[in-house]
Amino acid sequence: MTLYILCFILFLVGIYGLVISRNIIKMVISLTIVEISIFLMLIMIGYISGGIAPVVFDQQILDNQAVVDPLPQTMVLTAIVIALATNSMLLTMAIRLYKKYGTFDIHEISKLKG
Amino acid sequence: MEDKTLIFFIVLPFLAAFSLPLIGLVSEKAESYIVAIISLILMVLSVSSLFNLAESTVYVVGGWYPVEKIPIGIHLVSDGLSKLMLLIVNTLAFFCAVFAIDYIKKYTGQKYFYTLFCLQLAGLNGVVLAGDMFNLFVFMEVASKASYALVAFGVRRTEIEASFKYQVLGGLASLFMLFAITMLYWMTSTLNMADMSLVLSKGLVENGNALRFAQLFLIAGVGIKAAMIPFHAWLPDAHSSAPSPVSAMLSGVVIKVLGIYVLLRLFINVFEPDIFISNVFAVLGGISMTAGVFLAIGAWDLKRLLAYHSISQMGYVMMGIGIGMGILASAGPSATVALTFTAALFHMINHAVFKGLLFLSAGSIEHATGTVNLKGMGGLAKYMPLTMATSFVASMAIAGIPPFNGFFSKFAIIVAAIQGGYHFRAALGFIVGIITLASFLKFQRYAFFGKPQYDFSIKESPFFIKFSLVSLAVLCLAMSLLIFSSIREIVLDPAVNTLLETTGYAIKNLQP
Repeated sequence: MTLYILCFILFLVGIYGLVISRNIIKMVISLTIVEISIFLMLIMIGYISGGIAPVVFDQQILDNQAVVDPLPQTMVLTAIVIALATNSMLLTMAIRLYKKYGTFDIHEISKLKG
Repeated sequence: MEDKTLIFFIVLPFLAAFSLPLIGLVSEKAESYIVAIISLILMVLSVSSLFNLAESTVYVVGGWYPVEKIPIGIHLVSDGLSKLMLLIVNTLAFFCAVFAIDYIKKYTGQKYFYTLFCLQLAGLNGVVLAGDMFNLFVFMEVASKASYALVAFGVRRTEIEASFKYQVLGGLASLFMLFAITMLYWMTSTLNMADMSLVLSKGLVENGNALRFAQLFLIAGVGIKAAMIPFHAWLPDAHSSAPSPVSAMLSGVVIKVLGIYVLLRLFINVFEPDIFISNVFAVLGGISMTAGVFLAIGAWDLKRLLAYHSISQMGYVMMGIGIGMGILASAGPSATVALTFTAALFHMINHAVFKGLLFLSAGSIEHATGTVNLKGMGGLAKYMPLTMATSFVASMAIAGIPPFNGFFSKFAIIVAAIQGGYHFRAALGFIVGIITLASFLKFQRYAFFGKPQYDFSIKESPFFIKFSLVSLAVLCLAMSLLIFSSIREIVLDPAVNTLLETTGYAIKNLQP
C-alpha cells in the first residue's frame, strides 16, 4: 500500500509543479513526472509478488508458478511511445516560443487571454 | 455480427496520412484531391452503415477471438451511437477537406497539413469505434496530437502560444484519463468496455469509493477535452488560432468525439447511470452554457466569438444529457428520457453542421479580407453575397430561429427539461438562446453591413470554398427534416436506443 501512496504523491508533485512553475521547461518536466507516476502505477498493479516474466511455454511451470500480468506492461510500452511524442512536441513548441518571445517565462508569453 | 468495413474508417486515413508526404513530392495539387476523395469514400461508407440493419457490429482486429467469452483481442464496435458519430465526423471532414483545397494555398508545407488532417480523422474514427478503454485512450492521443500540431500550423506567435497551452492542458487531460483507466483495470481486470460493464454490473467490485474516484478523474480528463467551463481556458485560443478548416473540425467534431461521445459511452453504457454523476453533468453544462455566451458577447475576434459559442452550445448538449441521465437513474418516464437524449444528440449533430459552416464562413471572409477582426470588416454584403447568405443561415440556425435545424433541437431540449421538472434549467436555456441571437446579430451587423473599414477591393471566394459553404447551408436546412419520425428512425433513433438500454450494450457486443 505504501508504494501506491508514494506513487500518488509523485502524481501530486507533478501536478503541483505544473500549476506553480512559471518556466515552460519546468512545466514540461512536471508533466513528465505525472506521466512517470502513472506508468509506475500501471506496472505495480500488474505485478504479483514472486511472479516470473510472462514468457512461458511449459504448462508445468504455469501450473506451479505465479506469472505477472503482461497486459499493463504492454500498456506502459504504448504509453511511453505516446509520452515520447507528447514531450517532443512540447519541447519543439518551447523552442519555437523561445525564438518568438525570447523568454521561457509563461507570464511574459501571454498575448492570448484565454 | 461481424462487419469487415469498420476497419476502413481507421486504415484508409492512416494509409493516406503516411503516403501523402510522398505524393506531395510529385504534386501538391493531387494531394488535396486525394484527401477529398478519401473523405468522400468514408462519408459514403458512414452513410451506408446507417442502413445496415444489424444493431451492432464488431470487427475483431487480427482475428483474436474471445476465449471462453473473455475478450482477449482488440475489438472495433459499431452500434447506433457510433454510426451517428461516424456520420458527422466523416461528413464534416469531407466538407473541410474540400474547403481546404482552395484555402490552404496561402500556407507553406501543404503536404504536412494533409498528413495531420488525415491523422486527426483516423484518430477520431478510432475513438468512435474503439471497443476497449486503452484503444480509446490511444486513438484519443492520435487525434489530440494531430490537433496540437494543426493549431500551431501557421507558426505565428499566437498560434504557437495557443498550441502550447492546448498541449499542456490536453496532455494533463490524457494523463487523467490514463490514470482513471489504470484504476478501472485494477478493479475489473479487463479493458474491454463491454466486459468491464459486465464485471461492474455483477457487483464484483466492492469498493464503490474507488470507482467514484476513477469516475471523477475521467470526468476531469474528458471535461478538459470537451472544454466544459472550469476547464475551458485552452479552447478559445486554440480554435481561433487554427487554420479555418481545422477550426471547423475542432469545434465541429473534435470536442464532441473526445468529449461528449466518450462521456456518453462510459457513463451510460459502461457504468450504471447514477444521480450524482448526472447532476455533475447538468451543472457543468449549465455553467458552460451561460458563461460561454457571456464571454462570447464581448469578443471582437470573429473566430474567438465562434469558439466561445462552441463552449456555450456544448453546454446545452451536456445539460440535456445530464437531465436525461438524471431521469433515467431515478427511473422516471422513459418517454421523457428518450426525448431528452434525442434532443441532446440532435443538438450535437446540428452544432457540428452549423458551427462547421460558421467557421468555414469565417475562413471565407478571412480568405477574402485577410482579417478576422469584426471591427476591420463591414459592408461585405455587396462583395460576398454567397458567404453572407450561408453565414446568415448558420447564424440563424445557432441562434434558434424556426425554419433552421438549431431551433428544433434547442426547443426540444427546453421542452424535455420542463417535462423532467427542471424549470430553472429550461429558463436558463431560453435566456441563453436569446443572448446567442444578440451576439450573432452583432456578427452579421459588423461583418456584412455598415461602412467598409478597408480600402481594397474584395472578391468572392473561389469555387471549392463556395461548394462547401453552400452544401453545409443546405444541410442546415435539410436537418430540420429530422423532426419527422420516419427520417429520425434512420438517423437518430438507433443512437438513442443505444443510450436507453444503458448497460445492455455489454451483452450485445461480447459475442462477435
